[in-house]
Amino acid sequence: MREAAEVPDLHGTRYRLLEEVARGGMGIVYAAEDEQLGRRVALKVLDALGGEAELADRLMREARVLARLEHPGIVPVHEVGTLADGRVFYAMKFVEGQRLDQYLQSVGSVPDRLRLFLRICDAVAFAHTRGVLHRDLKPANVMVGPFGEVLVMDWGLAKILATVGDSDSATRDTPANLGKGSGAPVVTGHGRVMGTPGYMSPEQARGEVEGLDARSDIFSLGALLQFAAGQKFRQKERALEAICDKACAPEREGRYASVPELAADVSRYVDGLAVGAYRENILERVGRFYRRYRFFILLIATYLLVRVMLVLFYRHPG
Amino acid sequence: MNKILLGLLLGAVLGAVDGATAWFTPAVRAQLAGIIVGSTIKGVIAGVAAGIFARKVNSVPLGIVFGLAVGFVLAFLVAYLQHGYYLEIILPGSIVGIIVGYATQRHGMTTATAR
Repeated sequence: MREAAEVPDLHGTRYRLLEEVARGGMGIVYAAEDEQLGRRVALKVLDALGGEAELADRLMREARVLARLEHPGIVPVHEVGTLADGRVFYAMKFVEGQRLDQYLQSVGSVPDRLRLFLRICDAVAFAHTRGVLHRDLKPANVMVGPFGEVLVMDWGLAKILATVGDSDSATRDTPANLGKGSGAPVVTGHGRVMGTPGYMSPEQARGEVEGLDARSDIFSLGALLQFAAGQKFRQKERALEAICDKACAPEREGRYASVPELAADVSRYVDGLAVGAYRENILERVGRFYRRYRFFILLIATYLLVRVMLVLFYRHPG
Repeated sequence: MNKILLGLLLGAVLGAVDGATAWFTPAVRAQLAGIIVGSTIKGVIAGVAAGIFARKVNSVPLGIVFGLAVGFVLAFLVAYLQHGYYLEIILPGSIVGIIVGYATQRHGMTTATAR
């Protein structure tokens, strides 16, 4: 039984506690003020006092994972350490904004929602090039800032496919090769089934931790895409539905091989181009062409109509 | 395709087609070749102007207004020099201007320029 969480003792640190922000599986996130730099930060503190060495190890590992992921779409870590009360903590950027599920309620345009999704893909693809799988991608773990910036949060279940410090080999890994090399995998979650039902890949749900690769996150991204696009819209748009289906294929061999490949297909869909996941018939192709160039086609049609009218009604004798 | 090249090609094609429709006016059929050449040049000028405008101003509505203005002015000048056919020249010429104004804004690529 874990001890009840207490207010962390920040004595001896540069932080002053402000308020509790969120609670997760292994830690509590507090808003705090960095008194040296005079800025707001978020402190993730282990929610148990001492004892739980495994949780402390996981929190440390999460901080190290974040530290190797310097990307605008991933929240940066400032410091990691142990509080006077013995609890492990790390300080990170304080993200003001809304969770993706809350934010999307104010975004009506599906292309805008998909562009947001593409920014999530950017961050995840970057993590994959650094040999890191997120393993818990879901709307609650994506924050959208006041200026529309997208941040992928909560890397507590991340799996590191390259050994820490082996950044060169991790960088050389292509996403498709993730899980096939780069030394012995270091695993957060210790082989248990961890993740969120509905967003977790079937192989992750079966607890096949050793065999997980980028395609597991691609499944989660597919579920996120379904969420972002909305069910009604997907049913109308077969191409988008096919992208979701391919990303969420039950067997990972049927999925996109990498996040950039998924993002490229979504991007093509947003631009009104043919997508790789769906073979359209001639009528659908014409319809897509018309939708893409609708205004231009209408202008040309107007021009031709005017010309025909002038020929018919303004004939001049020869 | 960059905005100026798109404007040039689209203006040339639409101008040539616009000029070729003079064939339906028997009174000017004898001067058809000259009309096509003149109309093509008019289209090219409108297209290049719209392309240059699109490089400087990134706005579809303003691009359309600019294209309309250039198309109208050029068509008016041609009609004025011909002393007639105002409606037959100005109305389609203005629409051609709108088309190149829209196309250069919406479909032309912006090329990076070193400063």
